[in-house]
Amino acid sequence: MIEPNTWFVDKLLLATWETLYMVLISTFFSYLFGLPLGVILVTTSDGHILENRGVNRVLGAVVNATRSIPFIIFLILLIPLTRLIVGTSIGTVASIVPLTLAAIPFVARLVETSLKEIDWGLIEAALSMGASAWQVICKVLIPEAKPSLILGVAITAISLVGYSAMAGIVGGGGLGTLAYYYGYQRYETPVMWATVIVLIILVQGIQMLGDTLAAKVINKRR
Amino acid sequence: MIVIKNLTKIYTAPGQEIRALDNVSLSVERGEIFGIIGLSGAGKSTLVRCINMLEKPTSGQIIVDGQDVTALSSRELRSARQKIGMIFQHFNLLSSRTVFDNVMFPLEIAGVPRREAVRRVQELLELVGLADKAKAYPGQLSGGQKQRVGIARALANGPKVLLSDEATSALDPQTTRSILGLLKDINRRLNLTILLITHDMSVIKEICDRVAVIDNSRIVEVGDVLEVFSNPRTPTSRNFINTVMNRDIPEELLHRSRPVEGNTTARLIRVTFVGESAGEPVISSMVQRYDVKANILYGNIDRIKGKPFGNLTLELLGEPALLEEALNYLRGLNLEIEVLNGD
Ligand SMILES: Nc1ncnc2c1ncn2[C@@H]1O[C@H](COP(=O)(O)OP(=O)(O)O)[C@@H](O)[C@H]1O
Ligand SMILES: [Mg+2]
Repeated sequence: MIEPNTWFVDKLLLATWETLYMVLISTFFSYLFGLPLGVILVTTSDGHILENRGVNRVLGAVVNATRSIPFIIFLILLIPLTRLIVGTSIGTVASIVPLTLAAIPFVARLVETSLKEIDWGLIEAALSMGASAWQVICKVLIPEAKPSLILGVAITAISLVGYSAMAGIVGGGGLGTLAYYYGYQRYETPVMWATVIVLIILVQGIQMLGDTLAAKVINKRR
Repeated sequence: MIVIKNLTKIYTAPGQEIRALDNVSLSVERGEIFGIIGLSGAGKSTLVRCINMLEKPTSGQIIVDGQDVTALSSRELRSARQKIGMIFQHFNLLSSRTVFDNVMFPLEIAGVPRREAVRRVQELLELVGLADKAKAYPGQLSGGQKQRVGIARALANGPKVLLSDEATSALDPQTTRSILGLLKDINRRLNLTILLITHDMSVIKEICDRVAVIDNSRIVEVGDVLEVFSNPRTPTSRNFINTVMNRDIPEELLHRSRPVEGNTTARLIRVTFVGESAGEPVISSMVQRYDVKANILYGNIDRIKGKPFGNLTLELLGEPALLEEALNYLRGLNLEIEVLNGD
C-alpha cells in the first residue's frame, strides 16, 4: 500500500486531465466528420431531400463495417496511420487518432437517429417556402434536433472515456495508462480504485451536463 | 390564377399502383376562395401538394399565375414556391424558433434583408393579431394561435396564392370560425387567391365562393357554392350537404303511415329555398290557395355568401288532385321541390 501523498495526487490529476483532453478533442473531431456523415445518411435516404440510393448504401456499408471492428483491433490496425498523422503511436495525442476514427461512424448513426425523429411535416413546410436542401439541414433538421443531438454528444463523450482508458493500456496515456502501470503491473490496488472512481465521476459529470443542457433547450421551447 | 389541366398522379407503392388523381382539370380565378371537398383518401392533399410540386404529377400541367410549375428547374421551382403560401392541418411550426422567428423563416429563405424582414414580420403579426406573442414559442400557443402563426408565415413573402390543407381540421368549431374569418379578411384585403381543401362542408359554406367535389380521385362537381348547395348533382355532394344542412329525414318520418280519410293522401316533400324566395311566406300562401294542410316537420335556414338558403320538410295532406296543383304552384315559384314519399 502506498500513502496517498502529493506525488500520487499529481499523477492522478495529470492522468485525469489527459483523459479529458483526449475525450474532448476526439469528441470534437468525431462530430466534425460524424455530423455531416449523419446528415448525409439521413438526407440521401429514400424519399428524403437529397435522395441518392447509391451514396446512401455505400456510406451505410462503410459505417457498419467500421463499427463492427472491435476497438482494440482498431487501435492496432491504425498504428501506421497514427504514426503518419502525428509522428508517433504512443501518448495522448496519438490516441486521439484512433479514438476519433472509431467514434465517427458511431456519431454518424447517433446523428442519423436524432434527425430521423423530426416530423416530416416540418421539412415539407420549409420546402413549400422554397427552402434549399442546405437550408432545410441548417434551419430545420439540426435546430429541431438540438436536444437530442446534445444527448448524443454526451453518449459519445462517455463512450470515448471508456475507449480512451482502453487506448491507455497500449500506451495512450491518461487514466488507462495510470491504472495499467501502477494498478495492474505494480499491484498497487488503491491506484486502480482511484482511477475507477475518477472514471465514474467523469462519466456521471458528462451525463449530467448533457441532461442539463438538453433539458434547458427543451424547457425554453415549452 | 391556378389552372390545372388533365392532372394525374399515380403513387407506386411496392406491388401496387395508387391512382390518387385521375385526369383532374380545374381552374381557380384570381382573388377567389375556392374549396375542394372530399372524403378522406379522395385525393385532396395530393391535389394541393401537386400545385407547389411537393408531389410530382405523373402527367398533366399546372399553371400558377401564368407559370407552368411542372416545367421548372429546381432553382426556378424554389423561387416559384416563395410565391405560393401553404398552411397545414398540424401547423408545422418550428419548435426551435419563437413566433417571431417562425414568421421570419420564409424571409430568411428568400434572402430578404434583415431590417426589412423585421418590419415585415411585425406587420404580419399585427395582421394575424399575435403581436403580443412574438417572443413565445409554438409550444406555448393554443391551436388557433399556432394556425395564425402558420398564416402569417405563409403570407411573409407576399404570395399570390395560398394553399390550405385541412387548416382548420385540428381546431374546435369556434376557433375554426375565427381562422376562417381571418382567411376571408386576408382574401379581401390582399386580393389573395385561396385554394383550400377540407372534408368539412361547413368550411365551404362559411367562406368559399366556388367549390369542387372530389370523389375517388376525380372531380365530380364544380360550381358556385350556393348552386351546389341548392342543387347538388351527385350523391357525394348531396351527402356532404346533408352533413351541414341536416337534410337527412329521420327514418320514422319516411315510414310513418298516417291515417288517411276518404280521398285524402299524405305527401312528404322537401322545399329548398335559395336567395330571396326564402323570405316569402310561400307555405302559408299555398295553404290559403289550395285546400291542403301542411305540417312542418323540419326546417333549416342558413346563409351562404350572405344569401338565405334553407329547406323545409313538410307533410302535405289533401286530395291528390289538389296536392298536385299545390306542388305545381310551389314549383312555379322557382323552388326546388323533392317528393320524398310518392304513392
Ligand atoms: N406518398 C404516398 N404514397 C402512396 N400513396 C399515397 C401517398 N400519399 C397519398 N397516397 C394515397 O393516395 C390517395 C389519396 O390520398 P390523399 O391525397 O392524402 O387524400 P385526402 O387528402 O383526400 O385524404 C390515398 O389512397 C392515399 O393512401
Ligand atoms: Mg389529406
